[in-house]
Amino acid sequence: MVTTNAIYESLTKIVGKDYVSASKEERYFYARDGGLMPPHEPDFVVLPRTTEEVQQIVRLANRERIPIVPAGAGLALTGLVIPQRGGIVVDMKRMDSILEVNERARYVIVEGGTTQGALKSYLQKHYPHLRHSIPDAPPSATVVANAVIHGQGRLAHQHGFNSDMVSGLEVVLPTGEVCRIGSCSVSPYWFSKGPPLPDLSGLFLGWFGTTGIITKLGLKLYPCKKMRDVMVLLTDKVELVPDILLRLSHTEMVEDVVISAQPLPLRFRGTFWIMTYVTGDSDEELEFKRKMVWNAVWDYFQSRDVGFISTSPEGKAPLLSMPSKDTTRFADVAKGGGFQYAGPITPIEKFPAFIRKLEEVAAKYNVFYGSTTRLIGSGHCMMFSFSFSFNRANPDEMARAKKALDECSKFALEEGAVLWKPDRDEQKMMMERMDPNTLELMKKIKQLLDPNGIMNPGNWEMK
Amino acid sequence: MMQQSYVSQIHRCFRCGYCKFPTDYSSFNCPPYRRFRFETYSTGGRLWLVYACLKGEIEWSEHLAQILYTCTTCRNCAEQCPMKFAPDIIEWIVGARSDMVEKGRIPPRVARFFEAVQGYSNPFKLLRSDRAAAWANGTKPYSPGDEFLLYIGCLGSYDENGQKMAKSLVQVLTESGVSFGILGNDEECCGNEVYMLGEMGLFQSLAEKNIRKFKELGVKKIVTLCPHGYNAMKNNYPRLDGGFEIYHYTELLAELVKSKRLKLRHNSIKVTYQDPCFLGRYNNVYDEPRQVLQSIPGLELREMERHKKDAFCCGGGSGNFVMDLLAGDENSPARVRVREAYATGAEALAVACPACMTMLTDAVKAENLETKLAVKDISQLLKESLS
Repeated sequence: MVTTNAIYESLTKIVGKDYVSASKEERYFYARDGGLMPPHEPDFVVLPRTTEEVQQIVRLANRERIPIVPAGAGLALTGLVIPQRGGIVVDMKRMDSILEVNERARYVIVEGGTTQGALKSYLQKHYPHLRHSIPDAPPSATVVANAVIHGQGRLAHQHGFNSDMVSGLEVVLPTGEVCRIGSCSVSPYWFSKGPPLPDLSGLFLGWFGTTGIITKLGLKLYPCKKMRDVMVLLTDKVELVPDILLRLSHTEMVEDVVISAQPLPLRFRGTFWIMTYVTGDSDEELEFKRKMVWNAVWDYFQSRDVGFISTSPEGKAPLLSMPSKDTTRFADVAKGGGFQYAGPITPIEKFPAFIRKLEEVAAKYNVFYGSTTRLIGSGHCMMFSFSFSFNRANPDEMARAKKALDECSKFALEEGAVLWKPDRDEQKMMMERMDPNTLELMKKIKQLLDPNGIMNPGNWEMK
Repeated sequence: MMQQSYVSQIHRCFRCGYCKFPTDYSSFNCPPYRRFRFETYSTGGRLWLVYACLKGEIEWSEHLAQILYTCTTCRNCAEQCPMKFAPDIIEWIVGARSDMVEKGRIPPRVARFFEAVQGYSNPFKLLRSDRAAAWANGTKPYSPGDEFLLYIGCLGSYDENGQKMAKSLVQVLTESGVSFGILGNDEECCGNEVYMLGEMGLFQSLAEKNIRKFKELGVKKIVTLCPHGYNAMKNNYPRLDGGFEIYHYTELLAELVKSKRLKLRHNSIKVTYQDPCFLGRYNNVYDEPRQVLQSIPGLELREMERHKKDAFCCGGGSGNFVMDLLAGDENSPARVRVREAYATGAEALAVACPACMTMLTDAVKAENLETKLAVKDISQLLKESLS
């Protein structure tokens, strides 16, 4: 039996003593995230700088059968990087280099801990004509973690999940081998995560670090238009929302569509604010797109079922900011410092039913709610958020918020949704419903890649 | 009062991490997080640990104290936090430190800092009788009727680099014909660092001594060499009935160059400028130092990527210009900042704070840039350009 001290010493030899901690303070902080899942402390927190260091840490963990959890900023809020069996948390954020931008093939290669904020800033400065799909998570969210949880960003309507935009991976497998995935496995170029090869990226994306640690990631970049505007549509007819969304999507002119619903301030109550983003390289292009949006809902406008909110440039600024700080501010609406949301991925026709459920559950558990829904793909699905804020100093309110979330997740599953970034309990709920052969396939993959079960145990855990 | 405020509010931090960045998210702008990289050293980490301590989920430890005291109170977090409580964050940290002070649970270096200030009225444990000895050299003592009291502060009085600043400033002010005098050996520590480190009793004692002395001498206007003293006198002394007109020396110099009371000759030099936290983020003085620099004919001002409210702290705040809890390797804030300054192509890194001066001068040496980048105070640059 190797002692804790020996593991600590081994880790310090790999990354240096400044970047390993077994102190109570680091163990406390990395035991939890900002959400409602119960904490569990790691034994060590380690901050590698290179792929080789990650490789050595994984080999050590595999040899000694120590659980290992790769972590970004812990902003999924569903406990995905809480080390449920202790072991080593690998905070990836020292690996933060932006390694290459291929301007003509429109992709970037980043290290495994690069933040969304750093990438946004880098592109704005050096490649202002290119952009990536920025999620509304805080800028400290990492590019890799967001891809691993199938996050969505400002280009979700046009290009799908952020994981769809991955163009290559470098992964340290649980047994220590470094593996390249996609075009970069046979070519110096990182333009495709799979096609025309077998797409092996699916062995890692969506697995929450249970099959390996991504140390480099290629990400597709897209044209960044010179101008950007938001049109705010308003309706109080919830049953019309799916049709409005389909019409907007049909124009193929909108960058992003986000629907907001919240009970306070009172002017928001009972209404649905549909933020429709358009971009252009000229006034003419922008005006044409605005006109297409108008035309798409004109009959609803004439029947007074839909209105347009006239918004000043100052009023638009927070809506246009990327990421949206307002998303984060929801945590403090009740001066409590906490919020969590269930984000089922579901057909957009479910919007009215989900809104009704959100209001019902919020009333039942007496919790403050909000919802921000984002259109994904060309209307193929949406992410509907059942969001509840809570006061971190009020355990009773936290418990009620958790019950509300659980009930919403269960409801969403029954309605045919698939839960996004599910916590461990939600993962179990989905695996219980999963096609048995699919589940068996997942199990075989996990056993093949991680024979000793060291990678983020507790997540996607199949009996 | 302050203690109650942080106890009842500190749970509101969501640990979103905005606090770690500058406005454009280009890099990490929180000095201790940039240095140590564990989340615990970010503002969010610190606030969560303090809250855990309040709830009894973790015990006090030397490591916890170290984490709390590596915060330089640079105020980047308050600038970047998207929440309504953002302006209160520094007071929460100071409040938590204050509780640690009252319980005697502070790092040894912090304890030594307090002992020195308590016993010697400076953090260097140097004799009060030597406060003006090494630099003042005939500078006129303040007497009733002088327009300004020039308050030098501990760094300007005892630190070699600070003394150079003090001498330059005195020469420039004398040249301009400003009516001023100094307190010399009668000067007390301003208390700004003591306040930020949470020793409220000692701060009050220092502030009251200063206020009493200023009043006895009939002082109306005070110009400070150091932004730390400027901050204490401008924002904290009025709560103790110490309301005076407070100027940082760059504000006074900006007036002097504007009114053409200084004749300047051509000085062809490329300069970048380090915004001191207690001048910029705390007191919104960004333009005057730049106006002074740009008044020098031939001087080319090259801004660092992070400047004004996004300026990266030198790491010297909260007494770290003495304690240096963030020192160690190439990731120490001062060394990071010096590399950023050098990348602008500047020949000189202009400062307006003796703490920045000493931190960045040491960092230039550590980075082997001594022959390529000179650290100079604004008054030094101005003095060199006097006709």
